[in-house]
Amino acid sequence: MSDPGEYGDAPEIAEEIMAGFRRTTRGVSARFTSGQAGIIRNLVAQVAELVGGPGASEPPASGPAEPGEAAGEDLPPDVAALLATDGPAAPPEDPVLARLLPDAYGDDPEAAGEFRRYTEQGLRSGKVDAARTVLATLPSNGGRVRLSAGDAEAWLRSLNDVRLALGVVLGITEDYEHEFNEVDPEDPRGAYMHVYDWLTFLQETLVRALR
Amino acid sequence: MSVAPAEVERPETGEDVVPDTPWVTIVWNDPVNLMSYVTYVFQRVFGYAKPRAEKLMLDVHHKGKAVVSSGTRESMERDAEILHGYGLWATVSHDR
Repeated sequence: MSDPGEYGDAPEIAEEIMAGFRRTTRGVSARFTSGQAGIIRNLVAQVAELVGGPGASEPPASGPAEPGEAAGEDLPPDVAALLATDGPAAPPEDPVLARLLPDAYGDDPEAAGEFRRYTEQGLRSGKVDAARTVLATLPSNGGRVRLSAGDAEAWLRSLNDVRLALGVVLGITEDYEHEFNEVDPEDPRGAYMHVYDWLTFLQETLVRALR
Repeated sequence: MSVAPAEVERPETGEDVVPDTPWVTIVWNDPVNLMSYVTYVFQRVFGYAKPRAEKLMLDVHHKGKAVVSSGTRESMERDAEILHGYGLWATVSHDR
């Protein structure tokens, strides 16, 4: 997965791939193999579609408008917000969605529902926007990615959302490192645990690069 | 998910507490969010200096949760909304 072997004759490229994100004079940058880019794009798109519905990982249909303005592209954002209907009051049944869109009141379902009704759509569209930024800045065949501060922040949020989703699916606990070392080679979760581990490394390097 | 007993912890320093608006935002521990990332988010969202952000992160990590801001109910809901955007598990409570 993070095998830079295809660049065996160019050690500096292999090294760049292994390093994760680095701070450079022109923003943070990282280099990905096509396989790595495919994994990130696939997972980010899945989270976008889960959070934003089918098609959410596609760029907005109408021209170069800001991503995430599907509800009323031609209207100023504040008018679009007024026209938007309220979101749901009940927490999502899907455990991954429930983690990505958590209750804001642990012991007061009524207050939690009210909060959700007014905030969930904005939360969803923010997550879809971040995912779209990743998809727009990461070439599907890999290569070097150079990110502005704003794009880097979107990557950070999006990588975190993917890790949160994988964390639910894989049943990640505080004892994760132990579980990771103990996972049965036959266990189909094994490959995804390696992906999770790599994304953890990648996010860590990105946080460090932004400091 | 590691969850501490449900007792709201008040910040030690008076500067964090506004007596007339006793609402707080609490961030809960979870096994996925990175310590470095949580610190980054506290700095970014609240403008806290790194030592304070790190102390709050460590409180979340070791005690299961930490009060990260206090104020009016509206502003606490705003904080929770922003923290949810970053993937942190935040709730709002009336700090009785």
